[in-house]
Amino acid sequence: MNINKKVLTNILPQGFVLTFLILLIGFFAFNASVNMGNRGIAFGFHFLSQEASFDITFSLIDYDGSYSYGRAYLVGLLNTLLVSVTGIIFATILGVIFGVARLSDNVLVSKLASVYIETWRNIPLILQLFFWYFAVLRTLPLPENAIPIFDTLFLTIKGLHTPKFIWENFGTFFSAIIIALVISYMFFKYAKKEQEISGKQLPRFWVATGLILILPYLTLLTGIVDLNFEHPELIKLSDTVSTYKGGVTIIPEFLSLLFALALYTSTFIAENVRAGIMGINKGQREASASLGLTKGQALRLVIMPQALRIIIPPTTNQYLNLTKNSSLAAAIAYPDIVLVFAGTALMQTGRAIEIVSITMFTYLTLSISISILMNWYNKKIALVEK
Amino acid sequence: MSKITAILRPEGKIDEKIYIAIGSLLVAFSFLDAAFNLLIVVNDTVSSLIALVIGIVGLFYIRTEDRKLFKLRQFNKAINSTNFNAFLTLICIFAIIEYTPYAYKWLFSEANFVGNSKEDCTGGGACWVFINVWFNKFIYGLYPNEETWRVNAAFIILLLTVGSVYLVNEKLKKYIILFLIFVFPFIALTLLAGGSFNLSYIPSTEWGGLALTFIISIFAMIFCFPLGVLLAMGRRSELKIIKYICIGFIEFWRGVPLITVLFMASVMFPMFLPDGSYVDKLVRCIVGITLFEAAYMAEVVRGGLQALPKGQYEAAKSIGMGYWKMNAFVILPQAIKLVIPGITNTFIALFKDTPLIFVMGLLEILGMINLAKTNPEWLGFAAEGYVFAALVFWLFCYLMSKYSQRLEQKLSTER
Repeated sequence: MNINKKVLTNILPQGFVLTFLILLIGFFAFNASVNMGNRGIAFGFHFLSQEASFDITFSLIDYDGSYSYGRAYLVGLLNTLLVSVTGIIFATILGVIFGVARLSDNVLVSKLASVYIETWRNIPLILQLFFWYFAVLRTLPLPENAIPIFDTLFLTIKGLHTPKFIWENFGTFFSAIIIALVISYMFFKYAKKEQEISGKQLPRFWVATGLILILPYLTLLTGIVDLNFEHPELIKLSDTVSTYKGGVTIIPEFLSLLFALALYTSTFIAENVRAGIMGINKGQREASASLGLTKGQALRLVIMPQALRIIIPPTTNQYLNLTKNSSLAAAIAYPDIVLVFAGTALMQTGRAIEIVSITMFTYLTLSISISILMNWYNKKIALVEK
Repeated sequence: MSKITAILRPEGKIDEKIYIAIGSLLVAFSFLDAAFNLLIVVNDTVSSLIALVIGIVGLFYIRTEDRKLFKLRQFNKAINSTNFNAFLTLICIFAIIEYTPYAYKWLFSEANFVGNSKEDCTGGGACWVFINVWFNKFIYGLYPNEETWRVNAAFIILLLTVGSVYLVNEKLKKYIILFLIFVFPFIALTLLAGGSFNLSYIPSTEWGGLALTFIISIFAMIFCFPLGVLLAMGRRSELKIIKYICIGFIEFWRGVPLITVLFMASVMFPMFLPDGSYVDKLVRCIVGITLFEAAYMAEVVRGGLQALPKGQYEAAKSIGMGYWKMNAFVILPQAIKLVIPGITNTFIALFKDTPLIFVMGLLEILGMINLAKTNPEWLGFAAEGYVFAALVFWLFCYLMSKYSQRLEQKLSTER
C-alpha cells in the first residue's frame, strides 16, 4: 500500500480520535480539580472509613449510624443483590410458565398468556413499581385489621409478617440435604450405566425426590434437629396503635420491587423461552417421535437441550437487566446501593465524583463478570460447525 | 385411563348426540355453579373443585369424533383436545368469571367520570374525575395554559412531516428525513422555548407532562440512531484504536443502569464543566439518555452488520466503492433492514425509560401524576393515575411494535 494513502486512511483518523479523547478527558479533569479546589474538597476515598451517621431501614448485616460509609455501601450492595437474586428466581419461574403457556395448543391458554406478556412488557417498569407500592401495598390496612394469609402470614401497611424459623442443629439438617443430593447423584450415574448395559430404566426421578424429601425429614423425626416457629404477634402499644412483634417482617418496599421486577422481566424471559422452543426444527420432534420417544422424553432429551442453547444467552441478558433495573429502588426508598450510597451518602459528603464512580463501577463489575461467564458458557455449548 | 374412558363413554352404544347433550348440560351447570355458587356451599375451595370436576366430565363427553359436527370438532381442537387441556380451559374461564366483574365495577359501572372535585366521587369504583380535572397538567405539565398551542403546533408539524412520507414519491423521501433530523429540532425548540418571533420565553423547568415524555424520547431517538450506527461501524473497524475506544464506550454504557447515568448527569457532570458555566437540565438529560441508548443501538446494528454475508462487502469493494460509500449504499441499508425489530425494541425501551428523569427533578407524565396524588385535595387516587399512565404508555408502545412489524413486512425482499 502506498505510504501516503496509509497515513491518510489509517494513522490520521486514529490519531485524531485519540488526541480528541485525551483533550476531552484532560479538559474534564482540569475543570473537576478546579471545581473541587474551589469547594475545598480533595479527591480521595478516605471518606469511606468515616462515620456514616445515618440509619438504613433494612439491612442484612449489622448496621447503625456509628458504622462507616464503607459499611453503608456494603449494606446497599447486599440489599441490591438480595432483591436481584429473588427477582431472578421468580422471573424465571413465571417466564418459563408463560413462555410454555403461549405455545400451548389450547387457544384460551395461549391467548391469556400473550395478554399477560403484552400487558406487562409494554408498561414502564417504574410505573409498575409505583403502582405496586403506592396504589397497592401502601393502601393495605393497619396492623389491627391485617389481612391473614393461611393464618400464618399477615399483610399490613408495614409489610408482610412471616414466622421466623428457629433451628436447632441446623448443620445436621443441612448435611442431610447434602448427603441426599450426593446419593441421588451417584444413583443417577449408576442408573445411566445400568441403562447403557441392559437398557433397563430405573425410576431415577422418584428415587431422587424421595431421598431429598425423606432424609432431612428423618432428622426432624428423630429429634436430632428441632424446628420451631416464632409467629408474629399483634401487640397493642396504645388504644389506637398496635404493631406486629416477632417473626420476620418483609418491608413493602422490597415486596413491590420484587413484584415489579419479577413480572416485568418474566415477560421478556417468556418470549425467550418461546423463541427457543420455536427455533427447534420440526424435524427434531418428528425424528424423536419416530424413535419411539414419548412426548415428555422428546421434550426432555431432544428439544430442551437444543432450545436451551437459544434460550440461555438472551435470558442471561435479562438477568443482567433485572440487576441493573433493581436500581429503580431509589424511587420508592428501598435501601439499595443507589439510594444508600448515591443518594444519602452523596448528600452528606458532597463527593459526587467518587461516589457516582464507585456506584457505576460496582454495576459495571457485576455486568462484566456476568457477561464473561455467559461468553464462556456460550462457547462451551455452541455447536461445532465446519 | 382407557378403561375409565370405555366405561364412561362406551363407543357406539349410545348416539353421539346424547353424549354431547349430557356434556353441554354438565359444562353449562359447572359455569353457572362457578358464577353463582348454585351448589350447597361447604366452603369456597370445595365448591369450586366440584364445579371443576363437573366441567371436566362435561368437556370429556363433548369430545366427539363425529365427522359431521365440524364446528364442534374445531371447538374441541382449540380448547378441549385432552383432559389436561380441558382442565386448563376451565381454570382460565373460572378465573375470568371470578375477577372480571370486580374489574368492570371498578373501571366502569361504579366509577365516576364527571365532576370538579373529590366530593363528586361517590361510587365505590375508580374516580376518573381525578384524571379529568388534572388532564391538562398531565399532558402539558407546568407549561402556561395560554401557550399550550405551541406544544400542539410542534407535534402537529411532526405528525404532518411523518405522515407526508406516505404521500410523496421516493425521491422526496430522503429530503423529508433530512428535514426531520436537521431542521425540525430547531423549529421545535423555537416553538417550545420561545424567546424569539414574539414568542414569550418559557424555561425548560416549566415543560412537563406527556409532552415532555415525547420531547425527550423524540430528541433522544433522533440522536441515538446515527450515533449507534457510527459506534457499530467503529466496533467492526480495522483501525485498532477506534475499535477499542468504541468497545469501551459501548460496554461502559451497557454495563451501568440508566438511573446512575442520570445521577451522573445531574450531580457529577456539572463538576466537569468550567466554573460558572451551566448546561440546561433538559439538555443534560437528553444527552445522558442518548449516549445510554446509543450503546444499545450500536449492538443491535452490529448484529445486522454481522449477519450480512461477506460477499456483499467484497462485491461493493470490487466495483470500486470506498469505505463510506460502501457502508452508505450497500451495507447499512441491508443491515438496518435486518434489525428493524431490534431497533424498534430499543426505541420502545427508550420511551419506557423516560420516566426515570424524575432523578433530575423533571416532571413528565408519571412525575405529574406523583405530584397530583400528593396534592392535599386529591389524596388517595394513586391507582387511577397509574392506570391512566399505564394505558398511555401501553398504547404507544403497542403502536410502535405493530408499526415495526408492518415496516418489516413492507421492506422484506424475501420471496
